[in-house]
Amino acid sequence: MKYEVIVVGGGHAGCEASLAAARKKHKTLLVTGNIKNIADMPCNPSIGGPAKGVVVREIDALGGEMGRNADKGALQMKMLNTKKGPAVQALRAQEDKIIYPKEMLKTLKGQKNLDIKESLVEDLIVENNKIVGVVLEDGTKIFCDAVILTTGTYLKSSILRGDTKVSEGPHGERPSKFLSDTLRNLGFTILRLKTGTPPRIEKSSIDFSKTSKEEGDEIPHTFSYENKVYYDVDVQEPCHLIYTKEETHKIINENLEKSSMYGGYVEGVGPRYCPSIEDKVVRFKDKERHQLFLEPESKYYNDIYIQGFSTSMPIDVQEKMVHSLPGLENAKILKYAYAIEYDAIDARQLKQSLETKLIENLFTAGQINGTSGYEEAAGQGLIAGINASLKLEEKEPLILKRNESYIGVLIDDLVTKGVKDPYRLLTSRAEYRLLLRHDNADLRLREYGYQVGLISEETYQDFLKKKENIKTLKEILQTEKITPKKEVNEYLKKIPTAELKDGMTLYSLLKRPEIKIEHIKHFIEIPYDEDVCYQIEIACRYEGYIEKAEKEAEKMNSLENKKLADNLDYEKIPNLASEAKEKLMKIRPTSLGQASRISGVNPADISILMVYLRKRETNE
Amino acid sequence: MKDTIAAISTSLGVGAISIVRVSGEEAISIVNNVFTGKDLTKVESHTIHYGFIKDNEELIDEVLVTVMKSPKTFTTEDIVEINCHGGIISTNRILETLLTHGARLAEAGEFTKRAFLNGRIDLTQAEAVMDLIESKSDKARRQALGQLNGRVSNYIENLREKIKDLLASIEVNIDYPEYYDIEVVTIDKIKKVSQELIKELEQLEKEAKNGRIIKEGIKTVIIGRPNVGKSSLLNSLLEQEKAIVTDIEGTTRDIVEGSISIEGVHLNMIDTAGIRKTDDKIEKIGVEKSISLMDDANLILLVLNSGEELTIQDKELLEKVDKNKTIVVLNKNDLDTSLKIEDFKDYYVVSTNTKEKEGISSLKQKIKELFNLEKLEEKDATYLSSARQIALVKETKKAVEDALTGINNDLPVDMITIDLKHAFDLLGEIIGQEYSEEIMDHLFANFCVGK
Repeated sequence: MKYEVIVVGGGHAGCEASLAAARKKHKTLLVTGNIKNIADMPCNPSIGGPAKGVVVREIDALGGEMGRNADKGALQMKMLNTKKGPAVQALRAQEDKIIYPKEMLKTLKGQKNLDIKESLVEDLIVENNKIVGVVLEDGTKIFCDAVILTTGTYLKSSILRGDTKVSEGPHGERPSKFLSDTLRNLGFTILRLKTGTPPRIEKSSIDFSKTSKEEGDEIPHTFSYENKVYYDVDVQEPCHLIYTKEETHKIINENLEKSSMYGGYVEGVGPRYCPSIEDKVVRFKDKERHQLFLEPESKYYNDIYIQGFSTSMPIDVQEKMVHSLPGLENAKILKYAYAIEYDAIDARQLKQSLETKLIENLFTAGQINGTSGYEEAAGQGLIAGINASLKLEEKEPLILKRNESYIGVLIDDLVTKGVKDPYRLLTSRAEYRLLLRHDNADLRLREYGYQVGLISEETYQDFLKKKENIKTLKEILQTEKITPKKEVNEYLKKIPTAELKDGMTLYSLLKRPEIKIEHIKHFIEIPYDEDVCYQIEIACRYEGYIEKAEKEAEKMNSLENKKLADNLDYEKIPNLASEAKEKLMKIRPTSLGQASRISGVNPADISILMVYLRKRETNE
Repeated sequence: MKDTIAAISTSLGVGAISIVRVSGEEAISIVNNVFTGKDLTKVESHTIHYGFIKDNEELIDEVLVTVMKSPKTFTTEDIVEINCHGGIISTNRILETLLTHGARLAEAGEFTKRAFLNGRIDLTQAEAVMDLIESKSDKARRQALGQLNGRVSNYIENLREKIKDLLASIEVNIDYPEYYDIEVVTIDKIKKVSQELIKELEQLEKEAKNGRIIKEGIKTVIIGRPNVGKSSLLNSLLEQEKAIVTDIEGTTRDIVEGSISIEGVHLNMIDTAGIRKTDDKIEKIGVEKSISLMDDANLILLVLNSGEELTIQDKELLEKVDKNKTIVVLNKNDLDTSLKIEDFKDYYVVSTNTKEKEGISSLKQKIKELFNLEKLEEKDATYLSSARQIALVKETKKAVEDALTGINNDLPVDMITIDLKHAFDLLGEIIGQEYSEEIMDHLFANFCVGK
């Protein structure tokens, strides 16, 4: 039996990777330890949020599945940062942990060219530094042309609570015991990372009267550009807010040494931005309380997730900690919190396409690359799936630029800088977040999705129409003028906004902060939908900022377009600083732009590289 | 689109002609914006033009400008060369003005690099170009670090910290929007910090001026009615007969320069024609010049005859001068004294007898006090000295001002952060700091967020 693409692992990265490859008509096999856990959400019951929500939109624009699937499983939706400006707005959904995986499995099962097999991959078959197949735990060999590893936290994972350490993955699943040794033997640097999850509480045991309610938005939202709303806006599941008490902190401080983290049982490096509750209490001693959200996990069962309360304390201490919380005095813990350690590879050993530099046609995506988060995993999975397919089709890989997408920022950060602790996307990681908005993901990426064959002709035509409409509307507003006639000024006065003294285009009028497209509709008919109008509003209102960002991005890209050959021997380039030589040899950037972002490579080194490249070009 | 770059292409020295070279698409338009004379955008290629370089309305220097259009130039781009008078002050200021009008300071060896990349230089010279970049950038790095002393870099570091604090607080609100215990940074707070930053940046600019004073000397003018002893004061200070000293009113018509050193700082002396109402044409020019020199000067020595009552002209002068940079010199104290030190409480004042060379050291002492020279030396004063650093400070101020404009126009916080981040990066550039994850590190170190 031979496949073109084998995807190892059925998490969020694996789902996107296998769907992309299969949709691109490559015979694909998804191997996963437990089919029931496909697209599982082992930690928080939500998808989206700042930066992450934009990633979900980007996945949708490119033809991936996460956005559509999250729409199907939404329990509550909320647009965040609405008052902080268009650049940082993001959608977040509370997701049903039953519906999301179920719907994803349905999609996978219905996908042509895609088979699913339940097993663990424990070895890789490599010939001449090229991947040719995988070996399953029972010794079965399956041959293929490309492999995408999306193993999540399952490489040699251990679950820790207090001084107990068990070799297993989330939900007590079996970990892959030998695959990371195979990778090490192939030359990969293996990192040990750590993350954790809070306890789950039985809903009926919580006294919600001591909590405050957090509701979803009153208007419906969707991640996907398909705009199909599956949930009832009037019947959304609320979250509830509580705070830790002095008693909670006391219990934690008294038992600190019993936690895996402070007891010295953890080898892995945990994420800075996701500290456990004991970390928070220790590091922020002055804080009297920490906020916690009680989040519903599903309509179909009673578990409540305590966001903000992840811990590696032994279970008896967890009981005490939970019972010290307001409303949880009599709470029943259904699942105890734990810390999890797992192996990952150094992502600097990857190309921007997510193909490994060491083994041809071997790709990796998700937590194995040192990231954290469902959205980060899915974004990489999609790109790995696309690029593995393009490689088999002998086409150039799809490499998204930093000014085009958060996915591009994510991958470039990973392969250029590597990680020390699990990597989470933040809006502040993007230089030009004004360009990477929630609202324009399709305008940025749909073209690519169509080119690689993941966007249908019909969807693409709709998209082109939208682009055309935006252009036309802009032209209309830039040519249509209003004059200081009495009725015009009376209307403006009512809004209220300054009256006219001279004629003015509607586009200039729209530049005023108090003017909305609704006001413009008073003067001319605008037969376009909200989405088109919104694009114009943003383009018009923030024109100066957008132009500046685009100009800066263009400058950055001029270096991005200067490619560096894979086989360049930096040692032999005279005048390069030795630190630069060493870093460049190790990371082997694909472009001068990437090279310039490597720490230790300074502008003079880039200048020298430019001159050297020019010299080589001319010689050839 | 390629940047337009500028640099001083001759070594700096007093007396020689200096050349500031500008290359790139916008070279001609940028220079034209700061040039008074012909419209340079309309002149023929490879021509030379006379005029002045101005910064806003202030004339900086009288120059000759050579315009060379692409492609027959060293870099094959449009090049403008500004030939100026060679003093460090004016050459640096010209460069500074260009940098604030859209040119970027050339990296080490960048003109040559461009020449090479644009095919202007023979391939065999590639190695030489690479050597040049290496050695020059090494030197430039060392120089840049050497130029900044602890005090200034601390000052800038403090400003950066302020912006970093503010940005991290804004960023945490953005990336972790539902943390109700974390203070939401209000627009008022951003406004307040921005206003403080602008004040401090202005202070830094002022310091930069002091820096220039120390490096390039204190421009000193001696003024006073005719025949009160200005030239003899000058001579006493210079201890050499450079100006003609007579008892006939109006013999000093030319401006005489000389230089003395106090605490290692140069006092550049400019003698002026005695200020009085005059019909003498030659002298009139001298008088007008004196008045304009007063505005320019860092130090004014206003000489009064202590043997006479104050005349109307004296009173006019006392009113006209900037008290903060003026020392009143009561001269000729061998005669009967009508004027006493106590009469000039509002002024820095000393009494001298230039004929007997008395009081000169107390004058020098006064100058030291006025410019804090002793202190400056104690602090091993270095300062923002290069045109690049000064231009970066100006740009930073502009960025913070942009942020304020955004606030006043009711723009949302994500736009405001663009300008603040820019200001943060610019300050980083001055002190050679370019670590990009600083704000994020700061955020995680200071705010308790996570699952």
